[in-house]
Amino acid sequence: MTSTAEPAAVQPRKSKAGLGRFVRWGLGLLLPLVVAVGWEAAVRLHWSDGRLVPPPSVIVATFMALAKTGELQRHVLVTTGRVAVGFGLGVIAGTMVGALAGYSSLTRRLIDPTMQALRAIPSIAWVPLFVLWFGIFEGSKITLIAVGVFFPVYLGVMGAVLSVDRKIVEVGRAFRLSGFQMVRRILLPAVLPHYVIALRSGLGLGWMFVVAAELLGASEGLGYLLVDGQQLGKPSQIVAAIVAFAIIGKITDWIIVLMSAPFLRWEDRAPGSMEA
Amino acid sequence: MLVLDRVGKTYPNGVRALDGIDLKVSPGEVVAVVGGSGCGKSTLLRAICGLDTPSQGRVLLDGETITSPHEKIGIVFQEARLLPWLSIAENVGFGLESWPRAEREQRVATALDRVGLGDKAGVWPRELSGGQAQRAAIARALVPRPEVLLLDEPFSALDAFTRADLQDHLLDLWSENRPTLILVTHDVDEAIVLADRILVMRPRPGRIYEEIAADLPRPRDRQSASFDHVKRRVLAALDRSMQRERRVDEGETRSEAGAGLWW
Ligand SMILES: Nc1ncnc2c1ncn2[C@@H]1O[C@H](COP(=O)(O)OP(=O)(O)O)[C@@H](O)[C@H]1O
Ligand SMILES: [Mg+2]
Repeated sequence: MTSTAEPAAVQPRKSKAGLGRFVRWGLGLLLPLVVAVGWEAAVRLHWSDGRLVPPPSVIVATFMALAKTGELQRHVLVTTGRVAVGFGLGVIAGTMVGALAGYSSLTRRLIDPTMQALRAIPSIAWVPLFVLWFGIFEGSKITLIAVGVFFPVYLGVMGAVLSVDRKIVEVGRAFRLSGFQMVRRILLPAVLPHYVIALRSGLGLGWMFVVAAELLGASEGLGYLLVDGQQLGKPSQIVAAIVAFAIIGKITDWIIVLMSAPFLRWEDRAPGSMEA
Repeated sequence: MLVLDRVGKTYPNGVRALDGIDLKVSPGEVVAVVGGSGCGKSTLLRAICGLDTPSQGRVLLDGETITSPHEKIGIVFQEARLLPWLSIAENVGFGLESWPRAEREQRVATALDRVGLGDKAGVWPRELSGGQAQRAAIARALVPRPEVLLLDEPFSALDAFTRADLQDHLLDLWSENRPTLILVTHDVDEAIVLADRILVMRPRPGRIYEEIAADLPRPRDRQSASFDHVKRRVLAALDRSMQRERRVDEGETRSEAGAGLWW
């Protein structure tokens, strides 16, 4: 990609690059589209009754019906609220403990082995205990989500703080930065790329654990829609809920990426790797 | 005036990196420090700029004891160490954060022009070549107008051509406010091109072995007989400092062998 002398050549190349990106997007959509259209056709042509695996049109109809009654929005809101609170708590705890463990080797020696041991426990195993401690309603669900979010954030922050380049910290010292300035001008920007990755994997686990929490007993939320669909034999409702999970999961991930993007422009990354 | 008064440094692992360094450098003087690797040159600079504290003795700048980084002392490392998340202009202005914006930008722009990076102000550090990055690092250190600028092998990672170019840039920048320069280098030619005085160090413990005046007229002609004369003196001193080291080594191994026999 060397620049050419003629400025006229720049314009078409730009639009071509845009087209290239479009094509790449389109390529990714090809497989699901073919499957969806194929299945729709199969049901329409009565090769299959589509009872257990509803065709796209039925799913869309269910989706719309749920949305029209406002039921979908209510469940989405409840689930998102649970993830938001659990994610917030998990992030706060993970960030503080991770920063502490990264910053001071004494703290790290004290707490990291325990953290690693706790991390090895499948988080779902805590559920009975959480139910005993926090009740069967919101408390136990949010705690479970927070625990799921905590570990990737803790590990990410600790690793990020540990990997801050000592040589660059020394530049800060040579310019006589105070402790607070050192954090603001050197440590935070150095840690941010790793932190964003930690937040994104934390959020992913948050969505995973909200499903677990809601499957285990809830009267509201997308997880409840899943259980309800199973008990009433409505596979289209199950798939509609799954699609809703996929959409809001992706949207919330995008929110993190978009919010952090202005601060990460400096990063040396291949173009296009952000949308992975 | 920068004064080192019997400065010694022993690292926690017992290495005596510096021992009894006495040195006076007058304002505006350019001093080059040469010596084999491991003879304490970096340790010396770190002690002067307050990044490390000496175990013995003290460093004084204009009568004030230096115990931590000081605004009158700037340092350039072997690597440029630019902050990757700041533009080149922001990097160069790093030490001026408390300044009024207009004044800061003005001074940064002037400095960038002087090091030939006027068109790189808005660029990220990763987009610079090694030589350009090191020029930005020198500008960053000089922009707060330090009285003393320390340079620890600042050009050793660059190719010979870029190196000569940066030596010129450095002299040009230096001539503006004439700070004291203390330059650690592996390159004897570089020392003679830049310095008024050359200190040859020897290791274990790090000491100043010999001091050689290089008060040739500027700009210096590498082909001149006087340049060659100074160069021969420096090389001879370096040679002697190494021989001395070798002899010390032999002595040590002998006593160790002796101790082995005794057991
Ligand atoms: N942080 C440190 N801890 C222990 N020993 C060190 C440290 N830094 C340097 N040394 C030792 O001190 C001696 C001088 O090192 P240095 O000042 O880096 O030498 P130079 O810059 O002349 O190559 C070497 O023997 C080196 O191994
Ligand atoms: Mg060194």
